Amino acid sequence: MNKISSVFQDKKAFIPFVTAGDPSLAITKELVLSMAKAGADLIELGIPFSDPVAEGPVIQEADYRALAGGVTTDKIFAMVEELRKECRIPIAFMTYINPIYTYGVEVFMANCRTAQVDAIIVPDMPYEEKEEIKPLCDQYGITIISMIAPTSKERIHRIAKEAEGFLYCVSSMGVTGVRSELGSSADAMIAQVREVTKIPCAIGFGISTPEQAKAMAEIADGVIVGSAIVRLVGEHGEACVPYVTDYVRRMKEACNQCQ
Amino acid sequence: MKNGRFGVHGGQYIPETLMNAVIELEKAYHHYKEDVEFTLELEDLLKNYAGRPSLLYHAKKMTEDLGGAKIYLKREDLNHTGSHKINNVLGQVLLAKKMGKTRVIAETGAGQHGVATATAAALLGLECEIFMGKEDTERQALNVYRMELLGAKVHTVTSGTQTLKDAVNETLREWTKRVEDTHYVLGSVMGPHPFPMIVRDFQNIIGKEVKEQLLEKEGRLPDALLACVGGGSNAMGLFYEFIPDTKVRLIGCEAAGLGVDTDKTAATMSTGSMGIFHGMKSYFCQDEYGQIAPVYSISAGLDYPGIGPEHANLHDTGRAEYVPVTDQEAVDAFEYLARMEGIIPAIESAHAVAYARILAPTMGKDQIIVINLSGRGDKDVAAIARYRGVQLYE
Repeated sequence: MNKISSVFQDKKAFIPFVTAGDPSLAITKELVLSMAKAGADLIELGIPFSDPVAEGPVIQEADYRALAGGVTTDKIFAMVEELRKECRIPIAFMTYINPIYTYGVEVFMANCRTAQVDAIIVPDMPYEEKEEIKPLCDQYGITIISMIAPTSKERIHRIAKEAEGFLYCVSSMGVTGVRSELGSSADAMIAQVREVTKIPCAIGFGISTPEQAKAMAEIADGVIVGSAIVRLVGEHGEACVPYVTDYVRRMKEACNQCQ
Repeated sequence: MKNGRFGVHGGQYIPETLMNAVIELEKAYHHYKEDVEFTLELEDLLKNYAGRPSLLYHAKKMTEDLGGAKIYLKREDLNHTGSHKINNVLGQVLLAKKMGKTRVIAETGAGQHGVATATAAALLGLECEIFMGKEDTERQALNVYRMELLGAKVHTVTSGTQTLKDAVNETLREWTKRVEDTHYVLGSVMGPHPFPMIVRDFQNIIGKEVKEQLLEKEGRLPDALLACVGGGSNAMGLFYEFIPDTKVRLIGCEAAGLGVDTDKTAATMSTGSMGIFHGMKSYFCQDEYGQIAPVYSISAGLDYPGIGPEHANLHDTGRAEYVPVTDQEAVDAFEYLARMEGIIPAIESAHAVAYARILAPTMGKDQIIVINLSGRGDKDVAAIARYRGVQLYE
């Protein structure tokens, strides 16, 4: 069991997402530290991309803000290295294939190892294309998090069998962003996963309220929340840390309620 | 890594939500391409609706004026809806209908692909929604109204640079929201497999006709083929048939904007590097961190930071050449062709005309150039007037 899978042992994991560099890397570092203290089990850290096609407007805006502020992949690596002096919470980078490919896959993975980044989530790299980075991820010990979606159907078995760390289950159709109604397909998707593997499943896309988090934690091993947090960061800017911390605490409590 | 590769380029780099849709599309395409009924229906639409075959016109005055190679224009501008885009769109919308889809969505830059898609959707009875960057809706306002006249809903895209690349982003996002009943009619030889192959095959009719028409007129193959490239569909349509004829030079004309040594350019081959974006590995204008660069060209249809993967491979293997053409050269060529031949080309196609003006004089009178006149210039008249500082009142 690797460091990522162990996050899900004996508890429902809460996984918050923030875009690195929004509103600044200093705040991102503070956010990670205080989210960890507030009960987050794993942090998803977005490396902003100019054209994030899997994101809804909230995270798109965060990416634009971060890039406009001069954030680069190098500066993000440096920030995580600093962070590691204080905190060992598992971290997964969430970014698109181009920032990894253009940076150089090997350098990227080597830097991930140096900064002790544990995993990587690449929404525009489906099962068929994962060989693009897998050999170097394996070499440097970086876990690739695979995704399944409501349209995956017969693909789920194949993807789940080869998945590592945890399986990212996309709750509903479309891009990231808060939804009042979550799709009803997560239950069936996870049942399909369970036919072939015991890998932990975390549900993401659309979750924002403690009620939704609790409901999703009932059927999965973890809950991922992005846009709701990024929206708080967008609203409060430099002053966002206490708001986000409080939100993460409430969401983690909601996850705990279903044990 | 096997799906839809052209050398190292191509592939299917898209969200998992869309994977079954592209797999289903590929299966359906392979099935219908061999289906006699589908083939006859498409041939009938191309002939009796789009007006094919398009003319291969000998530009005598231009030939004499340039004093070199004999110049032919492939008149895709005479197709219904005014550009080569209709070839691909009729194929894809018919395919979508056969697949049981009831709705099509598409991106558009200059508006030509959007108009063509709206047209085919109206004819074949499918719902249609078009995504167009805000900047493009302003410079091509007439085409927005045209699409609405045809019954399409036009969404103005305000994210990112508000041009073609952002329209593609938004159409991809829309497709992940609603994929079951919806086909994405991609407008160029780009995106994830199988789109580069499907669009190339539907555009291949251009090169096939050129070959036949030229053999009839001249009894031989051309020496050089010229076409503008943004994503590269009209160029691929012209080139593909001639790839095995290695003596025929294939030349793609990229939009250099204000020049390849400025940051106001969209010349991907001249200024870009390898990357993975919009579902494909290819060349892109980007920075060292893989952030896609804001690109610029006077031509909304060429204002795109990437190029189709098959072009990237033709570039790598040296089979095709890619040359930059500036706004200034394109506008000059736009006016030149209007006065010389009485033909107003699309500002996109004017990039190919511009390079012909440089190339033809260096070639012998016994040599032949074919320029793909991919679209007509009516849509560009107002923008060219603005470029020349002329105030138009409508």
